[in-house]
Amino acid sequence: MSEPVIANLNLAAASAEIFMVSAICVILLVDVFLSERSRWVTYALSLLALVGVACVTVSNGVDGRVSAFDGSFVADPLGDLLKLFAYGTVAVAFMYSHDYLRRRGLFKGEYFILGLTALLGIMVMISAGSLITVYLGVELLSLSLYAMVAFDRDSGVAAESAMKYFVLGAIASGTLLYGFSIVYGLTGTLQLDELAVAVREVGADKLGLIFGLAFIIAGVAFKFGAVPFHMWVPDVYHGAPTPVTLFIGTAPKIASYILAIRVLAEGLDAMVATWQSMLIALAVLSMIIGNVVAIAQTNLKRMLAYSTISHVGFILLGILAGTAEGYRASLFYTLAYVIMAIGSFGMILLLSRAGFEADRIDDFRGLNRKSPWFAAMMMMLMFSTAGVPPFVGFWAKIAVLGAIVDVGLVWLAAVAVVLSVVAAFYYLRVVKVMYFDEPTDSVAVEGGGTVRALLTLNGLAVLVLGIFPGALIDLCARALP
Amino acid sequence: MITLESVLMLGGLLFALSVAGIFINRKNVILLLMCIELMLLAVNFNFVAFARHLGDLDGQVFVFFIMTVAAAESAIGLAILVVLFRERRNIDVEQLDTMKG
Repeated sequence: MSEPVIANLNLAAASAEIFMVSAICVILLVDVFLSERSRWVTYALSLLALVGVACVTVSNGVDGRVSAFDGSFVADPLGDLLKLFAYGTVAVAFMYSHDYLRRRGLFKGEYFILGLTALLGIMVMISAGSLITVYLGVELLSLSLYAMVAFDRDSGVAAESAMKYFVLGAIASGTLLYGFSIVYGLTGTLQLDELAVAVREVGADKLGLIFGLAFIIAGVAFKFGAVPFHMWVPDVYHGAPTPVTLFIGTAPKIASYILAIRVLAEGLDAMVATWQSMLIALAVLSMIIGNVVAIAQTNLKRMLAYSTISHVGFILLGILAGTAEGYRASLFYTLAYVIMAIGSFGMILLLSRAGFEADRIDDFRGLNRKSPWFAAMMMMLMFSTAGVPPFVGFWAKIAVLGAIVDVGLVWLAAVAVVLSVVAAFYYLRVVKVMYFDEPTDSVAVEGGGTVRALLTLNGLAVLVLGIFPGALIDLCARALP
Repeated sequence: MITLESVLMLGGLLFALSVAGIFINRKNVILLLMCIELMLLAVNFNFVAFARHLGDLDGQVFVFFIMTVAAAESAIGLAILVVLFRERRNIDVEQLDTMKG
């Protein structure tokens, strides 16, 4: 009797990823043969691929943990939820960007193909079962994003921010890998579930492991954009073309969340006391720097970048609680944040037109006169991001604060609340500019029908999920029981 | 006899050297790319040393993946560099400061 050459392959668990790879190859090939006028085919095919992959994920949904490729790849309910959410985010990002890209002559296949490869990287990270898979997912996502930032070849600012993103991102990957190598050396395994056992055997307070963990935390914090590893966030958000900023500001946040969960909460869960104290420092610094510096910004994209940094602090709060409740709260916060962020950037895209970026706060002056409906949508998004009830952002903040109070970190919750109040100032300034200032021009809002409909849905989602938060909370509870 | 400690020391030294190179260098972006490569090679040293020490092949497999990704990474880095040069006509690190705030 001969042994099977490859045991435990279990390809069905990875069918969504396999579908995605094939779809990307097909779209890449089709795009080469398209003329400039029929570029819409690439766009349509990309959306079709997203619908297709969603069907594959749903039909292969799992109830428990299923591992494939000898444990390097896992499928679980959390992964399914995050993947479906990521598909939706990317699809909405593509639809918001469509008009903008067309007007700027940037309507090329690259945006969509790089967007899909970035999504594939996110999917690989979501399903990572070993440190190799984690690394490959991180790199597939990061490399696609570096190229995406630079894809407007005639913009000097975009090239500069791409270079900064690339260099800092590469350092972060190197740091992450250095940490992985030390953890591997001390435990002798790369697989996350074996790692959790091995760390307990070696002893979680071993100095070498803590040394490796510090490097891993630095890498994870960079991918999140947490202070003091946040230097790239404002420049990349500001310099990249707005559709790319929209993309970077949303889907990769899901990836950062799962990166922290897979590596810290699953692989290194025995070292929770050590990474908790490191994450507390990162979270507090992120909330302080993010919120305080955001006040001084006049560019809306830059302001939203600093606001992202402060929200990352909140997401870290839930993770550092180290309890299932905390991870759930963070998951809820991440999903709510993605919905709010995609709407805010979508609004910038809606207001922009040829030769006008609409990315300064002053560009929103008197929006209420020009379009009361979208001013109301923007107001709801800003209120929700600030954490004002009854919007979804409020429940997200409550969930995270509840989780850290439960583990006895009341002072940290108090700091977070005070800094949320500071944050309200700069969100409310946008609302004030829209409602109480005179418009500087009388050009009506130009955006097309799809963007208008989607933004309306997006704004209403923030309100409806805020009034009935139960649906989203139930989803998170089912994904992370 | 080369011990595990000495190889790890070399890996750590190369890693520190590459980080120092990235932060001290104020002149040329290509040097940054070289430092990034050096950083990944330092990690490879660690993995190979540990894999040999543990008698486990996983670490060496990881090295192959890192080398492949490193190649893709430098390709993208150089592509961004070309775009930057087309716009600026120079690749000075010190002039990468047009965005403020």
